[in-house]
Amino acid sequence: MFGNLTLSAIPTDPITIGGGFVMVLSISTIIGLLTYFKKWKWLWTEWLTSVDHKKIGVMYIILAFVMMLRGFSDAIMMRLQQALSVGDAVGYLPPEHYDQIFTAHGVIMIFFVAMPLMFGLINWAVPLQIGARDVAFPFLNSMSLWLTITGAMLVNLSLVVGEFAATGWLAYPPLSGIVYSPGVGVDYYIWALQIAGVGSLLSGINFFVTILMMRAQGMNMMRMPVFTWTVFCSMILVIISFPILTATLGMLSLDRLLGMHFFTSDFGGNAMMYVNLIWAWGHPEVYILVLPAFGIFSEVVATFSRKKLFGYTTMIWATIAITFLSFVVWVHHFFTMGAGANVNAFFGIMTMIIAIPTGVKIFNWLFTMFRGRIIFASPMLWMIGFVVTFTIGGMTGVLLAVPGADFQLHNSLFLIAHFHNTIIGGVVFGYFAGLTYWWSKIFGFTLNERLGKAAFWHWIIGFFVTFTPLYILGLMGMTRRLNNIPAGTGWETLLYVAGIGALIIGIGIVLQILQLIVSIRDREKNRDTTGDPWDARTLEWSTSSPPPFYNFAVIPVVWGRSPFWGMKNNPTERELNPQYQDIHMPKNTGMGLYIAIASFFVGFGLVWHIWWLAGLGFVAVIALVIIRSFDYDTEYVVTAEEIARIENARKQK
Amino acid sequence: MNTETLNQNLTATHEAHQTRGAKALFGFWTYIMSDVLLFGAIFASYAVLHDNIFGGPSAKELFSMPFVLVETLVLLASSFTFGLASLHAHHHAEGRNCIPKVVKWLGITFLLGAVFLGMELFEFAKLLEEGNGWQRSGFLSAFFTLVGTHGLHVTAGLIWMGSVTAQVVRHGITERTINKISTLGLFWHFLDIVWIFIFTFVYLMGAI
Repeated sequence: MFGNLTLSAIPTDPITIGGGFVMVLSISTIIGLLTYFKKWKWLWTEWLTSVDHKKIGVMYIILAFVMMLRGFSDAIMMRLQQALSVGDAVGYLPPEHYDQIFTAHGVIMIFFVAMPLMFGLINWAVPLQIGARDVAFPFLNSMSLWLTITGAMLVNLSLVVGEFAATGWLAYPPLSGIVYSPGVGVDYYIWALQIAGVGSLLSGINFFVTILMMRAQGMNMMRMPVFTWTVFCSMILVIISFPILTATLGMLSLDRLLGMHFFTSDFGGNAMMYVNLIWAWGHPEVYILVLPAFGIFSEVVATFSRKKLFGYTTMIWATIAITFLSFVVWVHHFFTMGAGANVNAFFGIMTMIIAIPTGVKIFNWLFTMFRGRIIFASPMLWMIGFVVTFTIGGMTGVLLAVPGADFQLHNSLFLIAHFHNTIIGGVVFGYFAGLTYWWSKIFGFTLNERLGKAAFWHWIIGFFVTFTPLYILGLMGMTRRLNNIPAGTGWETLLYVAGIGALIIGIGIVLQILQLIVSIRDREKNRDTTGDPWDARTLEWSTSSPPPFYNFAVIPVVWGRSPFWGMKNNPTERELNPQYQDIHMPKNTGMGLYIAIASFFVGFGLVWHIWWLAGLGFVAVIALVIIRSFDYDTEYVVTAEEIARIENARKQK
Repeated sequence: MNTETLNQNLTATHEAHQTRGAKALFGFWTYIMSDVLLFGAIFASYAVLHDNIFGGPSAKELFSMPFVLVETLVLLASSFTFGLASLHAHHHAEGRNCIPKVVKWLGITFLLGAVFLGMELFEFAKLLEEGNGWQRSGFLSAFFTLVGTHGLHVTAGLIWMGSVTAQVVRHGITERTINKISTLGLFWHFLDIVWIFIFTFVYLMGAI
């Protein structure tokens, strides 16, 4: 009846129980509060069933922050374990638990923090930047969100029912095969990523089509805001690389479920094929994350330097070059495979070449700041912090691209420091800058600047205190994922320093949470009545903050790369006296949520071999998709009079 | 509301419908491009593993070419009959009543697709019966996965075809149902192309 699921799946060690307890407590608090304030109906009609890209973006970002708390707890636990387990000391985490923690940290941070944060910001900004009223497929957008949440929930569930993978975040076979990982951990990993991956792929297609087909009149490709351009390239990478992930994880699960021999050690399997395939997705994935961050920095640096972006055209071509190059460098993740000198030389050189377009971007940003009237608002601080940090990360990356050096540094803490340097310094700083930058657009009030700046300083100082020691430890020969430090290595002092650094970052996160609380409390004081608090240049600032649900009462006509600049300073007759027309808007639907719930049962059933549940869930998914396809009544009309009423009410305020 | 605004609004509505159809078609085309990559990854795995027979049978010993040729012709024929269904759907849009013909050709396509799927399952059953299942070797794992993934796509296509046929019966031939036929057509013809590659790389090159 319940497959492999028995009561023994509930963990007994105090740390996991504590984690599970916190999870159950926070869920019941939320349920309690919703019931007490009678907010269930509001939640359902305004949020859960919404197909409005702005609200979907908010929900993505909430998911990202919740998961960041978990991913960061994992980081603190790892630092603590390494600091407490030198020589004979064994620390406080048994090896199998420690292994799950470093796996969960990587999986959560990439798939359920960085990806949702990215899709959240894309949802917030892209339709507004191109002058569109919604995305191309609003229903799919809602479904993507719920599939991503389903994946995250499967990962969280593994904490209290069963276990998570103990294989590292990419689950290399044969370790992740059924022989060496007989438990459900790897299955949770596979199905969480498969379900969330479908969501990401659909979002990729959605925004690709949105950007190509829904731009305002006059916005040709070379007039698109840089953020939209980087998202466009990032979505191309999603469309090309996520199917590879789906196929690869599919083959791994066929190995595990049906006893196939793709990646097994005998019967003609080939484990290195997995490593090649997973990095054919994995390397583009890091550019999927960082390209939109580059876009955010380009918007921020122009706005806060009071200039237009230096070198728009080169910025676009650099982005396109990186998009192409990201597919021909995957072998640099495993030079030690032994593909031979010529193959390694090719991939090494390709990797180094990526530094050229990236360097072009860095110089473009610097030249934008040059002789600008820089306003040191917190998005600009993240930007400057990024330029410094990311340049260091980029240079250690070029160092690792030398195959000879890589043979020494492969799987060492030097590598760990390198990719955290680029991901925290690039992706995380970028998304935080974007979050502060667009927050007022979505919520109608700006965030507290003092706490924002304090959070920034803690993050950047904490980052260097944590990861500089890891660079040094890597050069001293310390490998990654150790749960015990041999005595006499002399590594412990640096590990203590790294632990202190993680705590400083922790204070930065607390300050960010505080920033949110204080800003929401003081929202009336920080109201943005203009819709354009930063005196910016792109279309999202031309509508009110928050925008009406239809975004633009009249779709703007674009004349150049800084369309809103022209509108502000020389408004045309059309902009001064808008003529409203009827608007078609998509109807809300709970179908995306229903499909996600059904796919949760598919995933859960497959993890525990509860075949009837998986089968039922699968049939439900198909049935729901068909029901949706029979629904021809998916839009409604907002009349011109209604729009005039809303717009006039806003203008009188 | 004066007549001019009314006309403008009508055009806007018409345009909204047209762009919705165009977006759906282009979006689905993009999905198919991503599906190419999915098949690409599995083809690559087959290329890596096709010699790893681990003492088991090789492609040359297993496959019956005449059987696969018939299977291929059935699928190709189904693409042709689907083409006839779309042709009639567009004729209908030009003012002739072609709904029965559209339904008839969709039905024939469905039958041919089902025959193809049945033949594939028959081949699988035969291999399993002879003890040459997917657990036998890396080669057979890759074979079953590659051909099986195509088969799953065909199954999805058949379910979808049922749904679209029902919608044609229910709503007739409208802008919306024509669009659905076109999208399904993209998918169906795409599966044909994938099969040509499977036929060439797995069966023809395996027979050499």
